[in-house]
Amino acid sequence: MTCTEFLSKLDDYFDCKVDADVLAEVRAHVKKCSHCEVVLDTTRKTISIYRENEVYEFPEELRERLHAAIMKKCSKVKV
Amino acid sequence: MPAIQSQAAEEVHPDVALVARAKQGDTAAFEQLVRQYERQIFRVAQHITQNREDAEDITQDAFFKAYEKLDQFQGNSKFSTWLVRIAVNESLMRLRKRKTSRTVSMDEDVQTEDGSIPRDFAEWRPNPEQLYGQSELGEILRKTIQGLPPGFRTVFTLRDVENLSTEETAEALGLSVPAVKSRLLRARLQLRERLSRYFRQTNGEAKP
Repeated sequence: MTCTEFLSKLDDYFDCKVDADVLAEVRAHVKKCSHCEVVLDTTRKTISIYRENEVYEFPEELRERLHAAIMKKCSKVKV
Repeated sequence: MPAIQSQAAEEVHPDVALVARAKQGDTAAFEQLVRQYERQIFRVAQHITQNREDAEDITQDAFFKAYEKLDQFQGNSKFSTWLVRIAVNESLMRLRKRKTSRTVSMDEDVQTEDGSIPRDFAEWRPNPEQLYGQSELGEILRKTIQGLPPGFRTVFTLRDVENLSTEETAEALGLSVPAVKSRLLRARLQLRERLSRYFRQTNGEAKP
């Protein structure tokens, strides 16, 4: 497996959608290619850091205000 | 009739009953749906537009449109995917109005490979969370995703932040599955490259 082939399998790898033989190839590749090993690790961290950290705050005061505005707007419409 | 039996055994999403009640004019049912998804819709809109006021307007407009068009919702997809699609369209429309970016169409194929080829191979040690405080980290994450083309950050937001499946993301964006996959890979690699400026191992040197 080349580095380009490794990159093309990266998304399916994260989604656990690669076949067993491709998985073995990916693992063998990162074992011998330190660059791709870093790419794999830091891409995984990129995804998890955005997933685990609330990038934009949604304070309760804003939620209540938006919620009230939505319901007020909708109350004027007959479904 | 095994086909019918297996269909009945399939788990029905709780939103289906709420949508049915809302269609009958039950405001409380619709309010429950608003409560469930207002945070997600606001987050999606803010990620795409990068503007809090726009995100507030879009959240209101998206739910209002969904309420008005409830009859058109056939239930072929999840209610939440349908709602996200409305919010994404509203968000892209806002971006077009602001004209702050060249690429505001999801159909536009982003040709450039710039930034999608890994160049930084430094490890991230210690972990970013150990390196930065919460507010500083938040600032870095906001600044970094802001730099992505809207088409890329929209796909990344739906797949990796909101955890939609590839198929749901494709449906919400009106893109094919391969198009979503290609954008997602490039979005992830570009974000990784940009974040590496902050998180790379510096061997004791000062942070950027």
